Amino acid sequence: MKVEQLSIFLENKPGGLEQVTRILKDAEINIRTLSLADTTDFGILRMIVNDVDAAALVLKTQGLRVSRTTVVAVEVPDRPGGLHGILEVLSGNGINVEYLYAFVEKSGQNAVIIFRFDDPDTAIEVLQKNGLTVLPGAKLYAL
Amino acid sequence: MIYNEDFETLPREVLEALQLKRLRQVVQRVYHTVGFYRRAFDEAGVQPDDIKTLDDLRRFPFTAKQDLRANYPFGLFAVPMSSIVRLHASSGTTGRSTVVGYTKRDIDTWTELMARCLVAAGLTKNDIFLNAYGYGLFTGGLGIHYGAEKIGASVIPMSGGNTKRQLMILQDFGPTAICCTPSYALNLAEEGKAMGIDMKTLKLRVGIFGAEPWSEKMRLEIEDALGITALNLYGLSEIMGPGVSMECQEGRYGMHVFEDHFLVEAINPDTGEVLPPGEEGELVFTTLTKEAFPLIRFRSRDISRLLPEPCRCGRTLYRMDRVTGRSDDMLIIRGVNIFPSQVEAVIMEIEGLEPHYQLIVDRAGNLDTLEVQVEVSEQLFSNADEVKVLQNMERRITKNIKDYLGVSARVKLVEPKSLQRFEGKASRVLDKRQI
Repeated sequence: MKVEQLSIFLENKPGGLEQVTRILKDAEINIRTLSLADTTDFGILRMIVNDVDAAALVLKTQGLRVSRTTVVAVEVPDRPGGLHGILEVLSGNGINVEYLYAFVEKSGQNAVIIFRFDDPDTAIEVLQKNGLTVLPGAKLYAL
Repeated sequence: MIYNEDFETLPREVLEALQLKRLRQVVQRVYHTVGFYRRAFDEAGVQPDDIKTLDDLRRFPFTAKQDLRANYPFGLFAVPMSSIVRLHASSGTTGRSTVVGYTKRDIDTWTELMARCLVAAGLTKNDIFLNAYGYGLFTGGLGIHYGAEKIGASVIPMSGGNTKRQLMILQDFGPTAICCTPSYALNLAEEGKAMGIDMKTLKLRVGIFGAEPWSEKMRLEIEDALGITALNLYGLSEIMGPGVSMECQEGRYGMHVFEDHFLVEAINPDTGEVLPPGEEGELVFTTLTKEAFPLIRFRSRDISRLLPEPCRCGRTLYRMDRVTGRSDDMLIIRGVNIFPSQVEAVIMEIEGLEPHYQLIVDRAGNLDTLEVQVEVSEQLFSNADEVKVLQNMERRITKNIKDYLGVSARVKLVEPKSLQRFEGKASRVLDKRQI
């Protein structure tokens, strides 16, 4: 039920992001969703793509620092309180969120929240036990 | 003014006879007490008895900084530890620091030579002396301190940093003389001005500056900003510390080398050939009287030239010109000596980092800045795609550089391969300072 995410180290300088998107475009890789964490010196670009292996390979070949991380995708109804319901479950079970980002599915009915947990297996178990929809990686890549 | 007229104004032939006598003694002594020198002399096919004239020293091998490191910490000492009363050390990780030792008599000599320096700058027992050189393992603070007490000045052992407090003391205690790095003097002037202090109305009249390269332009700036006479002091911890040579207020050009204690040569750094006086080269020092840690032909890596012309002050001692550069890749950051290899050692001590780094040195206002760019290694990034992990790494490198090398650096993680891969020092250091 886990999802593989790519993280790319970027310096804070003009053209950094553009370099990544160009490499992916040339390799015909589609980005499903992404998020950028930034500090004064550097940023970490995190994204879910349709072909993790191919994307990781082509980015590494171009000299970028890439890592693969396991994240958890949770589907949530796109309405007020949607995200809160999930966080309530997580905090009630003492599960810490390292970071998260979200996007809305094409249908517009649901949002998908990408979570990074210390221990994804426990988190998935807790989420499913509480009736939440955890999306498998394959489904997300093919959205 | 001259502190020790007997020795500072010897006729050259008498001085040279004294140097020869002392040189023969020290060469004999190191050959019989320090294994390193015995091996080095034997390898070079020279014997202590080969020294018949001062020129015969040219046949003897050089001692390099690397030899000091290889014998870390006490391997080159010529006396047992029971005779050593003081240790100083340069910054650095294990094996990259150099340690120097002094006997009681060495401390007395150093004290006398610093007294000579301060008197050459016109100081007397009526002066109040603010010593803003760092106290501690660095030779600067304590070395100067003893000399200043020797001449009877009232010493304020301030040490470096803490600028607001320095400015308070400058106003309240009314020191008439100050000692620090030239860039710090400019920094004091600037901060003082910003705080609304009229720096020219302070009682300061003379400043003694060293431990980093500076220029005539900086001298004029300092003299103008503080309303003082600024003089140049030179030394290196391996040879003794501050007090190897000093500018006199009469000549105000070139630093008199205390040749009764140190024999100085200028060499071509590439060939090792000794250059005639007046030609620019690397200075090489031999200690003539030091007991604990004598050095034969130590390559200082400082580029300068010897000035044999007589000086109007009456000293017969040769002068050396301002140091204009280095024949190695050592950097001087706010008076602290740093080799890129030392930064590399700090980086390599941290698991997961690779030796891909660059040092960017600049001057913001009057103070040197050091930025250390380190490439994010695969191992580091694969273990963490979280901002906090990378920031913790930056903080850890910063702290280790501060702890080991004694200098504050701004550490910045950069993308792999963003630092150019060259052989040699050009790739490692980008020095943007205009001194």
